[in-house]
Amino acid sequence: MIDAILFYVFAALALGSALVVIGQRHAIYSAFALIVTLCSLSAIYGLLGSPFIAVLQLVVYAGAIMVLFLFVIMLLNVGREEREGGERSGLKIAAGILTGVLLLQAGAVLLQAVVAPAPGFDASTHKMAQDLFSPRYLYAFEATSILILASIVGAVALAKKDL
Amino acid sequence: MAAAVKVVLIFAALLTVFALMTWAERRLLAFMQFRLGPNRAGPLGILQPAADGIKLFFKEEVVPAAANRWVFLAAPVVSVATAVLAIGVLPYGPPFTLFGRQWQLQIADLGVGVLYIFAVTSLGVYGPVLAGWSSNSKYTLLGGLRSSAQMFSYELALGLSWVGVIMLAGSFRIGDIVDHQAGGFWCWNAVVQLPAFIVYFVAATAEVSRIPFDLPEGETELVAGFHTEYSSMKFAMFQMAEYLNMITVAVLGTDLFLGGWHSGLPFLPSSGIWGFGWFAAKVGLVLFAFIWLRGTLPRFRYDQLMGFGWKVLIPVAVLNILATAAAVVLFGL
Repeated sequence: MIDAILFYVFAALALGSALVVIGQRHAIYSAFALIVTLCSLSAIYGLLGSPFIAVLQLVVYAGAIMVLFLFVIMLLNVGREEREGGERSGLKIAAGILTGVLLLQAGAVLLQAVVAPAPGFDASTHKMAQDLFSPRYLYAFEATSILILASIVGAVALAKKDL
Repeated sequence: MAAAVKVVLIFAALLTVFALMTWAERRLLAFMQFRLGPNRAGPLGILQPAADGIKLFFKEEVVPAAANRWVFLAAPVVSVATAVLAIGVLPYGPPFTLFGRQWQLQIADLGVGVLYIFAVTSLGVYGPVLAGWSSNSKYTLLGGLRSSAQMFSYELALGLSWVGVIMLAGSFRIGDIVDHQAGGFWCWNAVVQLPAFIVYFVAATAEVSRIPFDLPEGETELVAGFHTEYSSMKFAMFQMAEYLNMITVAVLGTDLFLGGWHSGLPFLPSSGIWGFGWFAAKVGLVLFAFIWLRGTLPRFRYDQLMGFGWKVLIPVAVLNILATAAAVVLFGL
């Protein structure tokens, strides 16, 4: 019961703040709203019985990435976004059609979805680590880390004038 | 029900420690500088926190005309909220039996306890950043920017310093990590993981922005940094967040590195009331060390701060992780 109430509260918070992120013209308010979205998502992960994912969501997105976003927005002192002149009706129609397709897909998924935890559901850290480092995901996992390392080295090489 | 009682009890205890800390810090600093410090209100001046609280309550609330009003009002709340969130998963003493039931002075015993603390401390940066930006003043903005860069950099070292401890205990649960250090003081992580302990202590001092890492406030350059424009209880809330963070860091350091409630000598008991005594003594010692540092050291320069964090602490922490991992694999610790 209390889980259901909490779920609806955080789901409403996540959706509401997500709307603010795209509707807001002030970059810094968008960033604030995005932080609220990410924290609500983390709460939902926690409610679904995955504390590890919930905590990682906070550490990586709300705690690290959004701090960098805010840092850059404040440093550049980005103000209100100006309304662009001229109607681009072609783009608007395309956006409308794409949104319709997305809504149809989401509706189809929701209608077919079975709302019950998967059999043998175990989101403990131990189980996750075993899965992640099992032969099934090990290659993808290590490849991703090498990719991230390469991008870090690339960023340093680009930012530094003389190494 | 039991959880609610524990929330009230732990929260009340921490607020008492916070109030006493503001007094103890001023008195101890004064002694270190051959002064007396506040000694008028009550015996030894121990009622000084109450006097300060009354004074702050009756001060005028000022919101700068050009400030962003709602963010300005929200910033101290965010600061205190993130500080309070962290205290919920820390154990404050050994398990004990009362009224025929097993108790543990800990609100939520999370399986991912250490990671949760890491997540919440990484959110702690938003208070200073929001305050710095919304006040619409160059001093506060610079303070907020410094705060975000500093906390972000030292958080990495802080998190990496825990990895060796987690590997040795084989668990993210703080209770498991404490139990892994049972035996003698030579089993404590402060001894086994000495480099990690040093990195933790330095990074934690930076994380709570205490001297020598109080660059976000840096009164010689930035008036009072991110909280320059704050007055009355809103200022007090920033102070409260700072002290609560300090207590969190001291309790966590005691749990992860100083053996928690274990006595350190096998012939001394560490259960029941003894455990609480050892625990309080260790936390008190760490808190005293913070005050001692403040009375001893000058402030870092900003480039030194960043260089030290990235080029010294993080490599040391990473090397410690590699060495610990090798030891765990080779000797099966």
